[in-house]
Amino acid sequence: MNVHINGENYPCASGLTIGQLLTRLNLQQDRVVIELNQKILNAADNINTKLHEADKLEIIQFVGGG
Amino acid sequence: MITIQFNEKSLTLHKKTSLFELRNQRQADADILIINGFPVTEDAPLNHGDRVVMIKRGAIPDAEQLESLMLARHTPGIHARIARSRVGIAGAGGLGSNVAIALARVGVGELIIADFDVVEPSNLNRQQYFIDQIGLPKVFALRENLKRINPYVNIEIFNGRIDQQNLTHVFNNIDVMVEAFDAPDQKAMLTVAHLQQAPDCPLVAASGMAGHASSNSIQTQHVRKNFYLVGDQTTSAMPGQGLMAPRVSIAAGHQANAVLRLLLGEQPE
Repeated sequence: MNVHINGENYPCASGLTIGQLLTRLNLQQDRVVIELNQKILNAADNINTKLHEADKLEIIQFVGGG
Repeated sequence: MITIQFNEKSLTLHKKTSLFELRNQRQADADILIINGFPVTEDAPLNHGDRVVMIKRGAIPDAEQLESLMLARHTPGIHARIARSRVGIAGAGGLGSNVAIALARVGVGELIIADFDVVEPSNLNRQQYFIDQIGLPKVFALRENLKRINPYVNIEIFNGRIDQQNLTHVFNNIDVMVEAFDAPDQKAMLTVAHLQQAPDCPLVAASGMAGHASSNSIQTQHVRKNFYLVGDQTTSAMPGQGLMAPRVSIAAGHQANAVLRLLLGEQPE
């Protein structure tokens, strides 16, 4: 199936979870802000949430410093 | 007869009155004269509608005088809007202390500042504290410094950790929220919680301002409705790439200007 991440097409296996996606993208769940189809998600609570065809994701990972 | 604003009060004058004549009549000891936002040193004729402010150098103005001086310095209409505003700042480190000072100088009416930490020697490389404040809780030290700049800003402080449960309680009724934490997991926690719990209040967060890479790589980005992100989004604080005053204050300047633009109903990016 295909999902869209930050505006770009991303082919992946159907049933991929958000946790698996973050691992693939080398992102840390406690540092990211995820928007799935316009909805802001708490990553830790959605590790097992499955993605579906044409889902639109925006993912931002914070880096340290301030 | 002409009518002018003299120290922010309406005053009617004979048509031919000059600036120096007005000073001699009203405030002979004033040595700073401002017409329509610009300090002047030479006598000038006064015109109907002019805003004239006179001050004696070194004298501490009261709240009303400071208000009128700031008004004189700002583009008309701007000051009144920001003076009514209430801005939340989560974190009083390199970002938060700089953002708070910029917003106090610009005349934001109310600031709510939260931090759980104390001032440490290593903070002095970029944070707006002084050596004699080491050991003080940052929120107390910052309030003290802000009061020295503008004693008439209303400052609320929260000396503790912000979490998903207390976020909207601590930062209640704000017009704009500033994420100014240091740790990436705290930044993400606050951003997620704010966007979920206060979706109608704009958030200005920051990510990526360590080291000494080009200043121009720090940008203000509109990520989604009511979410703005400042920084280069890549340079993380790590061994060999520390946080330093210039880029941290550039990022804080971006954040403060984004806040100002939001308060004035303009898009930050």
